[in-house]
Amino acid sequence: MHYESNVREPLILGDKSYKDITVDVARPVETAAPKAWWIVFSISLVMFLWGVGCIMYTIGTGIGVWGLNKTVGWAWDITNFVWWVGIGHAGTLISAVLLLFRQKWRMAINRSAEAMTIFSVIQAGLFPLIHMGRIWMAYWVFPFPNQYGSLWVNFNSPLLWDVFAISTYLTVSTVFWYTGLIPDFAMIRDRAINPVQKHIYRILSFGWGGKAKAWQRFEEVSLVLAGLATPLVLSVHTIVSMDFATSIIPGWHTTIFPPYFVAGAIFSGFAMVQTLLLIVRKIFKMEDYITIQHIEMMNIVIMVTGSIVGVAYITELFIAWYSGVEYEQYAFLNRATGPYWWAYWSMMTCNVFSPQFMWFKKLRTNLIFTFLISIVVNIGMWFERFVIIVTSLHRDYLPSSWSMFSPTFVDIGIFIGTIGFFFVLFLLYARTFPVIAQAELKTILKSSGESQKKHHDPHGAH
Amino acid sequence: MAHTEHTPVVRALYLDDDVVLDAVKNLRGKGIKVKEVYSPFPIHGLDKAMGLKETRIAMAAFMYGLIGLTVAILITSYMMNIDWPQNIGGKPSMTWGMNMPAFVPIMFELTVFFAAHLMVWTFMIINKLYPGAAPQNPDPRTTDHHFMIEVAAGEGVVDALKETGAIEIAEA
Repeated sequence: MHYESNVREPLILGDKSYKDITVDVARPVETAAPKAWWIVFSISLVMFLWGVGCIMYTIGTGIGVWGLNKTVGWAWDITNFVWWVGIGHAGTLISAVLLLFRQKWRMAINRSAEAMTIFSVIQAGLFPLIHMGRIWMAYWVFPFPNQYGSLWVNFNSPLLWDVFAISTYLTVSTVFWYTGLIPDFAMIRDRAINPVQKHIYRILSFGWGGKAKAWQRFEEVSLVLAGLATPLVLSVHTIVSMDFATSIIPGWHTTIFPPYFVAGAIFSGFAMVQTLLLIVRKIFKMEDYITIQHIEMMNIVIMVTGSIVGVAYITELFIAWYSGVEYEQYAFLNRATGPYWWAYWSMMTCNVFSPQFMWFKKLRTNLIFTFLISIVVNIGMWFERFVIIVTSLHRDYLPSSWSMFSPTFVDIGIFIGTIGFFFVLFLLYARTFPVIAQAELKTILKSSGESQKKHHDPHGAH
Repeated sequence: MAHTEHTPVVRALYLDDDVVLDAVKNLRGKGIKVKEVYSPFPIHGLDKAMGLKETRIAMAAFMYGLIGLTVAILITSYMMNIDWPQNIGGKPSMTWGMNMPAFVPIMFELTVFFAAHLMVWTFMIINKLYPGAAPQNPDPRTTDHHFMIEVAAGEGVVDALKETGAIEIAEA
């Protein structure tokens, strides 16, 4: 029953028992934060507060404080929006798609990846809101009865599809995450000594007791949520890409966008998971659970999706030429050789070239190299969105309205602020939440624990 | 489970999930009713061994999804085609059927939204889980590395539990 082939590497290293898993997962919550945590947290908090200031300045003064002009009406804000939504996708992919595919290695990383999803979708959601200018009217995006001549939202518009997609994605990811957290909060509650801590985790754990019927339903709920979240995550970036693809702007009006955006989202999301988990496993000493094997698996996903993105870039160029539409051809020629050539080639280098190093086992199991590539990939994916948005817009049909975009300190400040906000949320999460889905991980200890595997096969590997 | 407090029970603690699974089969074979098992993680095959019925929550989720789909059809048709039809980008707005392709994303999202949220609400309600609820497990160790079997008190129950490898037995 608990047998797993010895060809498979153990997913839990060392001589662990159920008790050890409990202790290791509860440790970051029960002990004081390491110094490194405080340093990173302080830096993130300063970035976040700077961003809050820039957002308040934008809301108080108007969108004019950004670098937008009448030709480039969408720039960093939408770039950041798409970038953050894309990053979020890896969390759902790990927790839902890998659950459906019965990939057990997801269990050590799904909790943090889902946390990353929720925190990055929060960052993404900020941008359309502040771009509205009059954020106090944000509720107008929802269809509700009103006295303006019963004025309804436009369900034909991809921007409204986005409202529904992002809100569904954020809320469904949150309940998926929280349902999984309940048994782990109960574990922390039952260990807590400090009465305040015990009380907080008692509230958070909803009274979970691990009854047989509750576990049976829990597993069914997880499976159905995974089944719902899988098409959901694909739909979200598909719909985000339709914000562009359903328009008639050369460079945006392409049918390849949905699959290409989804692949790019998984690519950048996995890179962000790598960045975060390499830090988490180091600071909180989780090396036995988030092993080199986990890192390697994620690097393979990065390599595959990076290559898919590369194929998509080349396909776009081919189709632009093959379409025979000169506006389309110009849009792509201008991307690669126009005034924004540096952005295009940064994108190409970071997204298509850099993941190819992962073909080498030495490199994809090297932690420092992985960390560097994960950051390079996210820079590249930011440039991808910038290239798609700004270079398609900045040269209009009329050469008289051609212009360039340069960000103001407010554009930059808000972007930096969201990075700070993201890390503030993630760091607070890492100190107060069980960062590994310990209840789930305990189910594979007997089949995938290092010492347990040896015990199954006393004569050594076959 | 409403009578748990009134009927005397015997609680036995175990240290291993396989032992618990065998114990449940063993006890049921002797005609002892296993009232509850508390475990730190789901034990595969335990629900069958205890004789629990299969959960119907997935069917409930399917129904909730259908409600979401219906809501999406109703709001899009009322708002876009009945209350105030407009020519938007040349998309046909005279009938819902002709306008429908533009509403597929909304229909999909609302199906997922309703199915996921209502299923999770259902899960919380039928398991009596809510913020601040008292812990349902009688022993805090059962969320860590202990497993507990709860059976109705009676003749020979304690001995039967001992035989199955319980490390601690308490009557309550």
